[in-house]
Amino acid sequence: MKTKLTALAVTTALVAPAAMAQEMTIVSWGGAYSKSQLKAYHEPYTAKTGVSIINDDSSAEAVAKLRAMNEAGNVTWDVVDVVAADAMRLCDEGLAMEIDPDTMLAAAPDGTSAADDFGDLLVSECFIPQIVYSTTFGYRTDLVGDTPPTKICDVFDTAAYPGKRSLEKRPINNMEWALLCDGVAKEDVYDVLATPEGQDQALAKLDTIKDDVIWWSAGADTPQLLADGEVIMGSTYNGRLFSVIEEQKQPVAMLWDAQVFDLDGWIIPAGLSEERQKQALDYIMFATDTQRLADQAKYISYGPARKSSAPLVGKHADLGIDMAPHMPTDPNNAKNTFLYNYEFWADYRDDIDAKFQAWLAK
Amino acid sequence: MAALTPISRKPMSLVLPTVAAAGGFFGLFVGTANGSGLLGVLIGAALAVVLALVYVSVLKNEALSKWINIALFGVLGYVFGGGIAPAIIGLVYGWFIHWFTYWLYEGRYRARLLPYLTPGQVLWHYSFRVICGAIFTFLITPILVVMPLSFNAQDFFTFTPEMLRLDPAGYSLKHYQDFFTNNEWQRSFKNSLIIAPIATVISVSLGTLAAIGLSQSHVPGRRAIMAVMISPMIVPLIISATGMFFFYSQIGNWMEGTLGFNKTFVGYVKVVLAHAVLGIPFVIITVTATLVGFDRSLTRAAANMGANPVTTFFRVQMPLILPGVISGGLFAFITSFDEVVVVLFVGSASQKTLPWQMFTGLREQISPTILAVATILVAISILLLATVEMLRRRSERLRGMSPS
Amino acid sequence: MLAADGTPLKKSLARALRMQKMRALMLIAPLLIFVLISFIIPIGSMLFRSVENGIVAETLPLTVAELQNWDADSGELPDEPLYAAFVTDMVAAIEAKKHTRLGTRLNYEQTGMSSLFRKSGRKIKRMDPATDGPFKEQLIKVDKKWGEVETWAVIKAHSVKITNGYFLNAVDMQRTPDGAAPQPEDKRILIKLFQRTLIMSLIITASCIMLGYPVAWILANLPARTANVLMILVLLPFWTSLLVRTSAWKVMLQQQGVINEVLVWIGLVADDARLVMINNEFGTIVAMTHILLPFMILPMYSVMQTINPSYLRAAKSMGATNWTAFWRVYFPLSVPGIGAGSILVFILAIGYYITPEIVGGTKGVFISNRIAYHISSSLNWGLAAALGTILLAVVLILYWAYDKIVGIDNVKLG
Repeated sequence: MKTKLTALAVTTALVAPAAMAQEMTIVSWGGAYSKSQLKAYHEPYTAKTGVSIINDDSSAEAVAKLRAMNEAGNVTWDVVDVVAADAMRLCDEGLAMEIDPDTMLAAAPDGTSAADDFGDLLVSECFIPQIVYSTTFGYRTDLVGDTPPTKICDVFDTAAYPGKRSLEKRPINNMEWALLCDGVAKEDVYDVLATPEGQDQALAKLDTIKDDVIWWSAGADTPQLLADGEVIMGSTYNGRLFSVIEEQKQPVAMLWDAQVFDLDGWIIPAGLSEERQKQALDYIMFATDTQRLADQAKYISYGPARKSSAPLVGKHADLGIDMAPHMPTDPNNAKNTFLYNYEFWADYRDDIDAKFQAWLAK
Repeated sequence: MAALTPISRKPMSLVLPTVAAAGGFFGLFVGTANGSGLLGVLIGAALAVVLALVYVSVLKNEALSKWINIALFGVLGYVFGGGIAPAIIGLVYGWFIHWFTYWLYEGRYRARLLPYLTPGQVLWHYSFRVICGAIFTFLITPILVVMPLSFNAQDFFTFTPEMLRLDPAGYSLKHYQDFFTNNEWQRSFKNSLIIAPIATVISVSLGTLAAIGLSQSHVPGRRAIMAVMISPMIVPLIISATGMFFFYSQIGNWMEGTLGFNKTFVGYVKVVLAHAVLGIPFVIITVTATLVGFDRSLTRAAANMGANPVTTFFRVQMPLILPGVISGGLFAFITSFDEVVVVLFVGSASQKTLPWQMFTGLREQISPTILAVATILVAISILLLATVEMLRRRSERLRGMSPS
Repeated sequence: MLAADGTPLKKSLARALRMQKMRALMLIAPLLIFVLISFIIPIGSMLFRSVENGIVAETLPLTVAELQNWDADSGELPDEPLYAAFVTDMVAAIEAKKHTRLGTRLNYEQTGMSSLFRKSGRKIKRMDPATDGPFKEQLIKVDKKWGEVETWAVIKAHSVKITNGYFLNAVDMQRTPDGAAPQPEDKRILIKLFQRTLIMSLIITASCIMLGYPVAWILANLPARTANVLMILVLLPFWTSLLVRTSAWKVMLQQQGVINEVLVWIGLVADDARLVMINNEFGTIVAMTHILLPFMILPMYSVMQTINPSYLRAAKSMGATNWTAFWRVYFPLSVPGIGAGSILVFILAIGYYITPEIVGGTKGVFISNRIAYHISSSLNWGLAAALGTILLAVVLILYWAYDKIVGIDNVKLG
C-alpha cells in the first residue's frame, strides 16, 4: 500500500508537465479564517478556472519566510495573506509587488473605482485590503463578579477584577492601552509613545499587571484560556471571540471598549515568474471583488474592506444569525474605537519591540 | 524461586494497624473533600479495622467477602459522592482494601521473596515498588489524559462537567470523523506516510553500510567521522532548520531549473533528504551497538566455506544485525514522523506533514482533532512495539541465547 | 617468510590491511559525503552569518569610503562631502528598497536607527544628489539625529564586512567606535538566558537521573517478560508526538487543569489558592523531564542489564549491608549508564524550544526560544547565528567530554 502510494506520487509528480500553472499556493492564517476564505474565495475560483489551490497556514512567519525565500531566489508562494503592518514592511523591503488598484482590482458593481471603494484602507502600495478586524477583549461572564468590565482600564484594575488576563506577546496594542489607562489622551498616545520616556511610562503601567498576565502568541490561545477559565479576560481578534461565544456557546462576552481596528489583506510576493504573477493577479481580481468580500462575512465576523460590500453582508451560513451586529464596525460596537497608526508602527516597531522583549524577559 | 518461601498467617497486631493506616489515609481525602479531614481519618480507619475483623474472624470466606466489600464501597461512593465517578472510585477502593487485608493477613507479601529477608528489607522491597509505580504513572498519565479528551464533544482541550459526570452527551466521535474526512488532515497524513518511509530507507541503508565500515578494525579518523555522523542529533534543531533551508532552496532551484523536475516532486525530495539526515545518528548508534556484540568468526567461517563478501553480508551478517537495523529504522521513522521544526522551514505547503498540521492546529485553531490523531498513533505505536519485541525474541533464538 | 602466492608475508599482510581500510572507507564514504554536503556545509554557512556584515558597505558604498577620513573621536561632525555621498547612496538605496533593511540592521545596535532611516527615507527620496546640494544643513533639518556625532559613529563602527558585533551582542556587549562595551542595563538579557538554560538543563538532567535510575533498575532486574511489558510504558510516551505530550502537560498543569482539580477535590488545596505550575520554570522542568526521561532510562537500562547480579550477592555474603553492597558494588558499575543518559538528556534539553515556548511563559524559556525569536520575528539572523554558534560550542565541548568519559559507541537506544 505504502509503496504503491509512493510510486503513484512519484510518477504523477514526474509526469505532470512543469510549465503548467494549474496550481497555486495561497498562504493564510489557518483555522476558521482559512476556512472562510476557502468557502468564499478558493472554492468558487477553482470552480470557475480549474486552478487548484493549496493552503499554507504560515502567515504568522510570512515576513521571515518571504525574506529567506527572496534571498534564496526560490519564492514558492503565489499569494500571501498578511496584516497591514507586515505588508508595509514587505513593501518597504521590496519583497512584495506594487499593485495599481485601478487596473489590477475589480471596480464596484455601480462603477466606483476600486481605489475609491477601498478608500483610506489602501495603506500601502503593495497591499490589497480584505477585511477589517479588531483586537479587543473577551471576559468570562461567570468569573468577573456582578459588575462586568465595561472600560478598557478594567483590564489594568486587578483589585476590582482579580485573576489572570491574557495579552499578546508583542508591544503593539498593549502599549497604547497602557498609555490610555495611564491618563494619556487618545489623540496624544502616539506622540507620547514616540519618546523613550513615553515608552517607559507604558512599560511601567504594564508592570503593574505583569504578574497577572499570561502572554499569548498564537490566535487560538486566548479562546482556549477563556474556555478553560485560566484567564478571566484576554485580548484577541473579534472573530475568535465570535466563534467562542456564538459557535461554541461558552460563557464569554465581549468588551468592545477601545477596540483597535486593523486590516488584513493580500500581497503578491515580488520575484514571481511572469506566468505565476499573471495567475496571482487573476486570483486577486476575482477574490477581492464586492460580492466575494461580502460572502466571506457569512463565515466569520470580520468586516469587508470595500464600502460597496457592506450592504451585502447577510446571515451566518450555519447559525443563520445576522452578522451585521457582530461586525467590529457596527455602530453599537464602535462607540469607542482606537485607530491603529500604521506609519508610527512601521517606523518604531523595531525600536519598541527590542525594548518590550527585554522588559518581558526581566 | 517463587514458591520457595513458606507463608503463614500473620497476627492481628500487625494486620489491624496497617489496615487502619491505609483506611485512614484514604479517609483523609474523602474527609477533607467533605469538610473535616480528622473525622475522615477516624471513620476511614475504624471502618477498615471493623471490616477486616468481620471478614477474617467471622465471615472466613475470602471470595464472598471480596464481593461484599466491593459492593459496599461502591454503594457508599454512589450515595455520599453522588454520581457515577465516586461510585467507581468506591468500587476500586473496596477491592483494594480487601485485597490488602488478605495480602497482609495470609502473609502473601512474603511468598515471592527470599526467605531470609528481614522485615526492614521486605518493607523496602515494597516501598521501592511503590516508588517505581509512581514514576511509571508519571510517564504514562499525560498520555492517558489526552485519550478521553479526544472524545470531547466541545472544541477545546477542557474536561467539561458533562465529561466528569460520565454523561454520554459530553462525548463524541466528531474529532475522529474530522480527521478521517478533513482534506488537510488526510493530505498531511498521506504526506507523512510518503516522506517518513523513504527518509527511513535512505538513512537505514546508508547508515547500516557506514556502521559496518566503522566497525572494521582499522579505520583512519574514526572519532572524527563518528562525530560528523552523529552531529545532526547534537546541533540544536532550529539552527539545522535555517541552515538547511538555504541549502535546500538552492538545491531545489538547481533541480527545477537545470534538471527540469516538477516543483512538487522537488519539494518532496528536499524534505525526504532533510529528514534522512536527521535520522542517521539513530541508525548509526543502534547498528554500531549491535555490531559490538557481533562474533567476527561467523563471517570468517562463511568466507572459509566459499561465500563471497556479498553473500556473507546478506546471508550471515544481515540476519544477525537485523534487530539493530530495524530498531534504528524505527527511531529514524519516528524522527521523521514527529519532526516539525525542519519541515516548517524546508517544506512547502504541498509537503505538509502530520506534525506540521498538528502544529498549525495547535497554534491557530485549538481542536481536539490533534488528540484524536495522537490516540490513533498511540495505538499504532503499541503495534510497532509489539513487532519490535517479537523481532527481539526471534533474534535471541537465532543467536541461541535463552531469554534472560 | 612467504605467503601462498610467493610474495613476502609482510607485504601481503600490508596489502590486505590496505584493502581492508579501503573497503571500510568505501562503506563509510556515501554517508559521510551525504552528511557533509547536506548537513555540515549548510550549518557552517548558517553559522557564518554570525560574522558576516556586508550590508552597510553594500548599501552605502560612497559613505563608507568617506567615513574612513572622518575621526569619530574628534567630536566634530563630518563635512559636506560625506553628507553628499550619503544622499547619493540613499537615493540609490531607496530606489532599490534597501534602506529600511539597513535601518533595521543598525537598529540592532542602536535603538532609533530604524525609524530614523524610514522617516528620512521618505524625504531624501525627493532630493537630487546632483543638483540639490549642499546637503549637510538639509539633512539635519530632515532629522536632527543626522547632526549628532553618535549617529555617524554607529554607522562607521558597523561598516566593516566581517564583524564581531553579533558575538558581542550575544554576550550582552556591543561594538562601539572605541571597541567592545557592555550593553545598556535594559537590554542585558542574553547572559541571563544562557545561565538559565544551563541551570534548568542541569535540573532537568538531575531529575531525570533521580526518576530514571529506579525504573532502569527495576526493568533490568525483573524477569524479561514483565520487564518488556513495563518497557512499553517507557517507550509509549517516547513515541507519542512531542506536541501532544506538551499540550497534555498544559492540560495537566494549568490552574483549572487536571492536577489542580484533583488537589482541590480531595481538599489538599483551597479553591482560591490553586497552585501555579505552568508558564514558569516549574512547568518547563516537569514537561521536559517527562519528555526526556526515556532518553535517560534506555541507556541506563542497557548498562544495568550487563551487570551480573551475583556481584551483589557476593558482596552481601561477605557481610556487606544492602546499602554498602549497592553503593560500593552496583552503583559504580552503573555509572557509565548514568553518564550516557545524562549527556544525551542534557544535550537535547539545552537545544529545546517548542516545549518551553508552550509551557514556559516568560520565566521558563530557553536561549533556543530567543534564537527562534530572532530568526522568525525580529529577523536578526546574525545574532541568531551567533547565539547558535555559542550554543553549539557548548554542546560540542560536552560531546567531546562524553566521548572521553564514556565513548560514543556505548550509547544504546533500546
